[in-house]
Amino acid sequence: MTAISTRAKIGVAVGSAVLLGVVATGYAVLVTEPAASPAATAGADTGPVTLEPGQARLLTITDRHVASVAATDPGGARTVSDLECLRVYAAAGTGVCLGPENAWSYRVVVLDSALRQQRSVAIPGLPNRARVSASGRMISWTTFVGGDSYTASGFSTRTGILDTRSGSTVMSLEEFAVTRDGKPYRSADVNYWGVTFTADDNVFYATMSTGGKRYLVRGDLAARRVETLKENVECPSLSPDGTRLAFKEAIDADPQQGWRLSVLDLATMRVTPTAETRSVDDQAAWLDGATLAYTLRQDDGRPDVFAVPADGSGAPRLLVPNAESPSPLT
Amino acid sequence: MYLSTVSRPQTDPPEAGSGRSGRRIALVSGNVVALGTVSLITDVSAEMVTAVLPLYLVLGLQLSPLAFGVVDGVYAGATALLRVVGGFLADRIRRPKLVAGFGYALSAVAKLGLLLAGRSVPLIGAVVAVDRLGKGVRSAPRDALITASTPPESLGRAFGVHRTMDAVGAFLGPLVAMAVLLAVGRSYDAVFVTSFCIAALGVVVLVLFVRERDTPTVDAAAVDASRGTGPGTDATADDQDGKKPGVREVFGLLRDRPARRLVVAAALLGLATVGDGFVYLLLQRRENVDLTWFPLLAVGTSLVYLLLATPIGLLADRIGRLPVMLGGYAALGVTYLLLAGPVTGWPLLVLALALYGTFYAATDGVLIALAGPVLPPRLRTTGIALVQTGQALAYLVSSVLFGLAWQAWGPENAIRVAAVAVAAVLLLTVLMLAPVYRPVPRKVS
Repeated sequence: MTAISTRAKIGVAVGSAVLLGVVATGYAVLVTEPAASPAATAGADTGPVTLEPGQARLLTITDRHVASVAATDPGGARTVSDLECLRVYAAAGTGVCLGPENAWSYRVVVLDSALRQQRSVAIPGLPNRARVSASGRMISWTTFVGGDSYTASGFSTRTGILDTRSGSTVMSLEEFAVTRDGKPYRSADVNYWGVTFTADDNVFYATMSTGGKRYLVRGDLAARRVETLKENVECPSLSPDGTRLAFKEAIDADPQQGWRLSVLDLATMRVTPTAETRSVDDQAAWLDGATLAYTLRQDDGRPDVFAVPADGSGAPRLLVPNAESPSPLT
Repeated sequence: MYLSTVSRPQTDPPEAGSGRSGRRIALVSGNVVALGTVSLITDVSAEMVTAVLPLYLVLGLQLSPLAFGVVDGVYAGATALLRVVGGFLADRIRRPKLVAGFGYALSAVAKLGLLLAGRSVPLIGAVVAVDRLGKGVRSAPRDALITASTPPESLGRAFGVHRTMDAVGAFLGPLVAMAVLLAVGRSYDAVFVTSFCIAALGVVVLVLFVRERDTPTVDAAAVDASRGTGPGTDATADDQDGKKPGVREVFGLLRDRPARRLVVAAALLGLATVGDGFVYLLLQRRENVDLTWFPLLAVGTSLVYLLLATPIGLLADRIGRLPVMLGGYAALGVTYLLLAGPVTGWPLLVLALALYGTFYAATDGVLIALAGPVLPPRLRTTGIALVQTGQALAYLVSSVLFGLAWQAWGPENAIRVAAVAVAAVLLLTVLMLAPVYRPVPRKVS
């Protein structure tokens, strides 16, 4: 091999650095598009979005901003606020928004009916699920937390609950005592996600995962404990009458094969799959006692809100195009 | 036979007043600096991606990342096996630089793969696997190159400096990623392209500045080689000098007492470590660390590691690598005890992270520095790969065992048991390695 002088080598290295720098900068300049303002979305106008209950409107997120549409014409004109959120939910005039605190961290914001911030809690990780109890008193959220360790790239979740009346906060359900299949259980790999509250604002349902399995758990907030009820039930969502849970059921109990949106009857523990056959990775929302709304993504990741009857009949229909995180304003 | 004692690790302190040692303290070899620079640049690139990958998957692609853990476990075993294969190949074709370069290039290309994988979970999993494969393939030949370009008595220092540079890169990576995101908004693609460009620069530096052969100490290595593959190997090894090492020789290497014991010691080290995730989780639970600050626990540890790797490497050259490594185990054992002990509050956090970082600084590079002189140059890369793989596989086992212990006995008792295991590992390591690494007086001046 011919010897190259050190000077030449340094020249080549500096040249490469400059060239690669130009490539990186050039790419960044080319791909960066000016952020579309929410109002730029077709058929949208910026205006006051309110969370007043009883409106015949549906709350969603459009281009990372809280928006609402008429329930009777969900594909029509929408009102977009300037509140930036990745997940939103509302009930009884109280809202929850998982939104950015800065470029890298996120927070839970409790909203009043005029979208004014009532309270804010910094949360670890990336927004995943958000719920408000039917009374508007209890708030819950789930985030994804990645990279606890540099030897493993696995993800875990953190799920917290905030009582807006007392102000008390549980930052992670992992602190709760667990009863699995009737026996006390503990493990470092316990993760929770997707809380849904019952009418008493104390008992709740959620998903607990441990040892590669995912369980439906019923929790007691005051007693700080949970017990498992059934395997392979994720992201439960309690029906308005409290008798059924909409959830996503991993196909063949393997999340890598996707999820079937299904409904569990709590009295009989019978599962009815809905007519939606595409994989649903969402905590569904009950628009009324018979209809579920959920987010589906196109191949490029763009979201649409769909609806399907909860009793397994009918067919899914597109409800709000280019939107996610649906919530009825009840 | 006295030549073979020369090639043993020199654990005795350098003779006072020796002009040679005074000169050596000044520097590590240019090749080590070059390899350190490559590692620094590559780690900036790698940690950029690590830092934004969760953001990208969850917020950019809106994927459910819980499925990725499964993908992860499947590839871990395959990567371990391929690391040994890569190490053996490097020895066989006698081109550690080529194999290391291939590993660096593979990881660089994987960054572009992320752009092409789109929202497909299996494809993203495959790209992450290719990235890890590149990391697995390159580390043994890289460490073999460092060993080959360093006098045996300065290996601790050389690995210390290399690991420090590596850690600086890992530290800068997330900052660079944040800077890119600040500049371009939410374009994760721009981060991946930048990461690719930085990784490519690392490969360029490797190609231009890392030397494979013409280092001053290769002469010593050649002398080393001419005596065969060390005690315990059959005499035919001597006859194979001109030939390429074969698979049978690898098994011969494992029959060689010092080498075999070293691989076993590395595996024991792996068994003693329950994993960062568990350590930080226990700290967080003990001290109720605000979950939003949780990632800072890892930052604290790597900061200590970064600061201590070089001084501890120097110390290892002075007082001996085995005592320093055992000191590292002791630091680990005390860390575990602290997690279930009476100290609380800030003192616990500071002490635990300082000791945990010390453990890494005293074992990671020092282990390979310990291994270098023991391994025959013909099979040095294979030997280093075996050491690293033994440690990695044992670590997988120990993290599973610790998870089970946590379930059965609760976190506090599980970590106490882990501390006992560390003590046992320390004792076993002393019994196994002390006879092999007994400091021997220099017989050649």
